[in-house]
Amino acid sequence: MNVALFVPCYIDQFFPDVAIATLELLESQGVNVSFPENQTCCGQPMANTGCTADAAPVARKFVEIFSGYDAVVCPSGSCTSMIRNHYGDYFAADDERFLKLRDNTFELCEFLVDQLGVRQIEGRFPHRVSIHSSCHGLRELRLAGSSEQMIPRENKLRLLVESLDGVEIMPITRQDECCGFGGTFAVTERETSVAMGLDRVQDHVGSGSEVMIAGDMSCLMHMQGLIRRRDMPMRVMHVAEVLAGRALPQKKAVSAGY
Amino acid sequence: MSTALPIVDHPQAAKEFVTNVPRSHWHDDSLWFVRTKRDRQAQSLPEWEYLRESASAIKRHTIANLPDYLQEFEANATRMGAVVHWAADADEHNEIVLELLQKNHTQRIIKSKSMLTEECGLNEFLIENGIDVVDTDLGERIVQLRGETPSHIVLPAIHIKKEEVGETFHRHLGTRKGEADPQVLTEAARGHLRGKFLEGEVGITGVNFGIAETGGIVVCTNEGNADLGVSLPRIHIACMGIEKLIPRFENLGVFTRLLARSATGQPITSYTSHFHGPRDENSELHIVLVDNGRSRIRDSDTFRDALNCIRCGACMNTCPVYRRSGGHSYQATVPGPIGSVLGPTKDMKAHKSLPYACSLCGSCTDVCPVKIPLHHQLLAWRGVLVGKRLLAWNKRIGMKAASWLFRHPRLFFAAGYMARTALRYLPHSLTHNRLNEWAIDRELPEPPKQSFRAWYAKNRSEKQPEESR
Repeated sequence: MNVALFVPCYIDQFFPDVAIATLELLESQGVNVSFPENQTCCGQPMANTGCTADAAPVARKFVEIFSGYDAVVCPSGSCTSMIRNHYGDYFAADDERFLKLRDNTFELCEFLVDQLGVRQIEGRFPHRVSIHSSCHGLRELRLAGSSEQMIPRENKLRLLVESLDGVEIMPITRQDECCGFGGTFAVTERETSVAMGLDRVQDHVGSGSEVMIAGDMSCLMHMQGLIRRRDMPMRVMHVAEVLAGRALPQKKAVSAGY
Repeated sequence: MSTALPIVDHPQAAKEFVTNVPRSHWHDDSLWFVRTKRDRQAQSLPEWEYLRESASAIKRHTIANLPDYLQEFEANATRMGAVVHWAADADEHNEIVLELLQKNHTQRIIKSKSMLTEECGLNEFLIENGIDVVDTDLGERIVQLRGETPSHIVLPAIHIKKEEVGETFHRHLGTRKGEADPQVLTEAARGHLRGKFLEGEVGITGVNFGIAETGGIVVCTNEGNADLGVSLPRIHIACMGIEKLIPRFENLGVFTRLLARSATGQPITSYTSHFHGPRDENSELHIVLVDNGRSRIRDSDTFRDALNCIRCGACMNTCPVYRRSGGHSYQATVPGPIGSVLGPTKDMKAHKSLPYACSLCGSCTDVCPVKIPLHHQLLAWRGVLVGKRLLAWNKRIGMKAASWLFRHPRLFFAAGYMARTALRYLPHSLTHNRLNEWAIDRELPEPPKQSFRAWYAKNRSEKQPEESR
């Protein structure tokens, strides 16, 4: 299978190890991965601001770059949802090229579990961890059951993390409340965004967890920023880093880094 | 049309509430408690998702065939002896009510909770016209005595602490200074309201459901105030938004089962009262059917489903923004996610900040008992607002620039390189200044030496990375 790696813009620029870990993880599962080097962004920042006319050309360019692969895999539920659930606004309903791409774009954990049938990752992570369920992965991609709906679903991120040796998943009190990142929301509604983020971090700290794991680095970037400013006792790691065998970051609140 | 509404600045309006951390946490916890009660009730019904699906389908069908069902409702209600009035907007609604009151030489009104009359500004209008209006829902009464507006559609006084209620009641009802025992305060309100009930000449209620097939209306309360309020006076005026209709009596169970569970986590409201015509030949039942912008929403493919709303308030209880910013930060009759969808349908400019008072987490969409795709509608509103040039110019330009940058990969790589370099070498005080909203309360990410693509080019591909050329 010929898979294209879609690296969200902010991961490319600020969290390269998340992308490297994603690449290594996919390769360790025998996937042939390429990185189309002209990729930039899926256009979500513009789309979520309502600037659809500015998002449209970015979306068209994205489809141009990523067409022709068997699958596109992305270490972000939010960016994957942009392609799957929101690109429809920018393409004709019968645009075959787009529809094929839409149906073959996957979030990392989803790709591993649903497409490759992975149930077990070889590795050891002897730590107390807690899981932050990023909203778009949860409620737009349905990577797990949301607490609002009474529909049982497999939690794909948890399934993979749980399969590592030595890992202990600590329960938090609000299993899927938003961290308040929300893209430009973090800036336009700064006070509320910060209050939401601090409450999330406190919940994870209170669980006795050493490290918060999520499938979206954007949520973690926001909470990491809050943690570092206040020197709170919590670390953050993207699930790809955990599954690829990275060690717990030494410095608190810093992703494994590169 | 009424005059332009003042422009709501949600972040500014939220600031005081959300930065008062103990209060914001208290408010958040109170509503989260209601949300968890709702979860337990929903979990106890194996058919929960089936009920949601049914409710949504019934509402969509009703809205699609609204003219027919309204006429059926009017014919049946009239046959039962009710008088049906039609109001195109809030002003007409208020005039109809005032006229009914004046015709009967009424001075004293007892009202049970109605978000529709809040929406129409009925209280203010009647008071201006010299008529005394008493809200009989406890929360509404507290809010009314304090000269405030409800901050939540089901729990109007959820933002007020019991000690503050004690102060209000001390001032207005003569309770002991410092009294904060909810039982004592409730008893005081009960005694005070009992007199008002006995003096009341006309009872005004809202309507939770109108049934086309029977012409009956259903009012759900927990305090029984609607029942007492319309059982003592001779005249009952029921104010009803046209979207409150359901086709058949057998549909009602779907909604009553969802409503109380979603709203307060109760299996059913304490009182579910059915009114089919006036109670006897000496009494009158008037039903005022109000459009006030609903037909406009019905015309919109994007926002039509907002008319499914049964005003349960679950989207408020679950909204992480609402719980922390408080209902008044929306400065709208209906706050929270559904309010942020409805607000701009009334006045786009005035409510332009509300669709952005949302992190797009989607919790409201999943909790909604009638499956309104709330967060998708909030996102859709942003597109409409930008199309009408109602987004601040600096944000529009910023997004235009970002779009351009993302279409020019080499420039994007160069910009990223510069940003990382700047972050690495510039002093912290310069990169984390007050003009950088992100960094006022948060650290920026620690910049890595190279981007992923630079690493990839060096380690995995033949090409040299852009930024090292």
